[in-house]
Amino acid sequence: MESTSHTFKDNAHDALGNAHLQSALDKMRAGFPQRRLDAIGKLPEFEDLREQGREIKNHVLENLDWYLERYERNVIAAGGHVHWARTPEEARQIILDLCRKLGAKTVTKGKTMIAEEIALNDFLEENGVIPIETDLGEYIIQLRHEPPSHIIAPAIHLTKGQVEETFREVHTNLPADRNLEEPRSLVAEARTMLREKFLKADVGVTGANFLIAETGSSVIVTNEGNGDLTQLLPRAHIVLASLEKIVPTLEDASALLRLLARSATGQDMSVYTTFSTGPRRAEDPDGPGEYHVVLLDNGRTGMLGSEFQEMLRCIRCGACMNHCPVYGAVGGHAYGWVYPGPMGAVLTPSLIGIENAKHLPNASTFCGKCESVCPMKIPLPKMMRHYREREWQKKLSPATQRFGLKLWAFLALRPPLYHFFYAIAAQVLGLLGRRTGGSFYNLPLAGAWTATRDLPAPQGRSFQEQWHQRQKQKKAA
Amino acid sequence: MTPKFESESSRLVTDSPVSKPRVGLFVTCLVDLFRPSVGFAAVKLLEEAGCEVEVPGLQTCCGQPAFNSGDRADAATIAQRTIVLFEGFDYVVVPSGSCGGMIREHYPELLAGDPAWAERARTLAGRTWELISFLYDVRGLRQVKARYDGTITYHDSCSGLRELGVKQQPRTLLASVQGTKLKELPGAETCCGFGGTFCVKYPEISDKMVEGKAEDILATGADTLLAGDLGCLMNMAGKLKRMHSERGTRATRVRHVAEVLADMTGEPPIGETGQ
Repeated sequence: MESTSHTFKDNAHDALGNAHLQSALDKMRAGFPQRRLDAIGKLPEFEDLREQGREIKNHVLENLDWYLERYERNVIAAGGHVHWARTPEEARQIILDLCRKLGAKTVTKGKTMIAEEIALNDFLEENGVIPIETDLGEYIIQLRHEPPSHIIAPAIHLTKGQVEETFREVHTNLPADRNLEEPRSLVAEARTMLREKFLKADVGVTGANFLIAETGSSVIVTNEGNGDLTQLLPRAHIVLASLEKIVPTLEDASALLRLLARSATGQDMSVYTTFSTGPRRAEDPDGPGEYHVVLLDNGRTGMLGSEFQEMLRCIRCGACMNHCPVYGAVGGHAYGWVYPGPMGAVLTPSLIGIENAKHLPNASTFCGKCESVCPMKIPLPKMMRHYREREWQKKLSPATQRFGLKLWAFLALRPPLYHFFYAIAAQVLGLLGRRTGGSFYNLPLAGAWTATRDLPAPQGRSFQEQWHQRQKQKKAA
Repeated sequence: MTPKFESESSRLVTDSPVSKPRVGLFVTCLVDLFRPSVGFAAVKLLEEAGCEVEVPGLQTCCGQPAFNSGDRADAATIAQRTIVLFEGFDYVVVPSGSCGGMIREHYPELLAGDPAWAERARTLAGRTWELISFLYDVRGLRQVKARYDGTITYHDSCSGLRELGVKQQPRTLLASVQGTKLKELPGAETCCGFGGTFCVKYPEISDKMVEGKAEDILATGADTLLAGDLGCLMNMAGKLKRMHSERGTRATRVRHVAEVLADMTGEPPIGETGQ
């Protein structure tokens, strides 16, 4: 996927002026956080589970090579194949080659963010293979030629009315006077359209929420059952996943599953949790003839051992963006690449380079809400700060900001000068402020602030000045 | 982020009745420049809680702007200066969760790799408290002698809330203020959009956030907004004032919680003049 992360500020400006988007975001802000709260309120051991989840993934990351090899052996033992891809290009080519070998014309897809990361759809289309998204949200945005704006709710930026509009535009074979008022009727229509595509597909591609080393299984969760049809009906099932998705055992996967849906949608469990291990066996009633796993690195092994290793604990629940006030204001597209919100502010620079995603780690107030809701306790603000440090070192931050900060640091390290300036600023601004009703409607150099809010004026004399004068008087007395 | 103080209650020092604890007041840049009355309110509260208060004259800023901008070197130098100035006190008290959080949570992290400073940073961090939390959690204050006539609502500033566990302490103390009714603010724990340099680096996003916050405040019907951090307060006061002047509605009085608890509300509210 082409990144527009470097134009985050412009993207955000557009997003703030987009009425449809703002109405969709209002709904999101009102929905996800409360549902999560209700769900974890019913699970007294949630905090312990978070700690357990953190430990499971930390252990995996410390022993990733060992678990990956174990996983590979068990996939092969179950009759499947494992393909290792260092880069997005390699991953795309592996999948295309598999499709060609199978003579595939259409590929159904369950929701996978890794496919977005490697821009799989465009690549398949360019090479004559038709990809069909089967997750409702993904299906909608595929029809609209848009990227997802959220990692678990790809079409959350749209209103119901926009979806209806798109369906009427694209599903031209259906009666024009049909009633699409209810969300239920939109779902039913998508289901009808997709059913026939499921049956025709030659290959099914899904992502994986977890890869289980001890059994060689992949796990996906969905709420629509589209993942099951995607992986059971075609001749071959290709699992496309990044390599940090590995967990040691079935029991570990269960622990993480208990965290995942509660953190994501506020459900105790997603409606469908599907484990798949190898291709169809002789005694199986159905299933794919071939089972392939494409494991993508794309820079992740480079994060191991760095200050960003903890990011690889992420289980892609989306809680950080559901609770992020910045995401809530501008939505996911503003972030400009596959992963939005706080997790994207760390992951995007890790995967496409900080020079291409300068804004993302800066576009945070460090309010800490993301870290407080992260089921894997990932210190997201701390890692965003580490990226800011890299930007500072590489001089990527804007020159005016650097100059301003340097000037301020110069003063902060020279207390007498600092207090002198503060005393003058307090007096001058205080005097001016009393003439303008206690605050400024506009003020030179403070335009970014005063464009939309007043700047309260100082009371008049700095605290230090007053305090030390009082101390002198006390001594004299 | 679980509130650290709960597991560290062993740190609560009981002072002998004869010796008053010596408290170094870390004023903060914003209080020093914009609202000295918060500093004087803090001094009054601390003295009434039996402390001897000193204000080191060479203090400047905690270094957070540098730290959060990625300028670790300057942040570390400023942190070291602050440590030297304040390590002789029994406690360091800060009328801001944000600056308090910087000293208490981030100094140890910032200086962890420097053997000459790591231990000193940790020691100072262990003695550093946000004002209201100090009064409540360390000094055991449960009520104040103050009167404030009005319906107030309270915003939980992010750093105080999530880094230092400041939540119920100000509410309990406010409940003892005469004439005051507390109306809880829906979304009180949602960031107001200040975020230090964030509000000038991304002013449009910041404005969107503070606009939502201001609407929530107005919807409570409260005539007064309190919080414990001057940055957030100036952001919210500035937005509320702009909205009131555009709508021709009556101003919301915005104050630091310390002013009300110290019964020092003679100064005009933030962003207002005397009349």
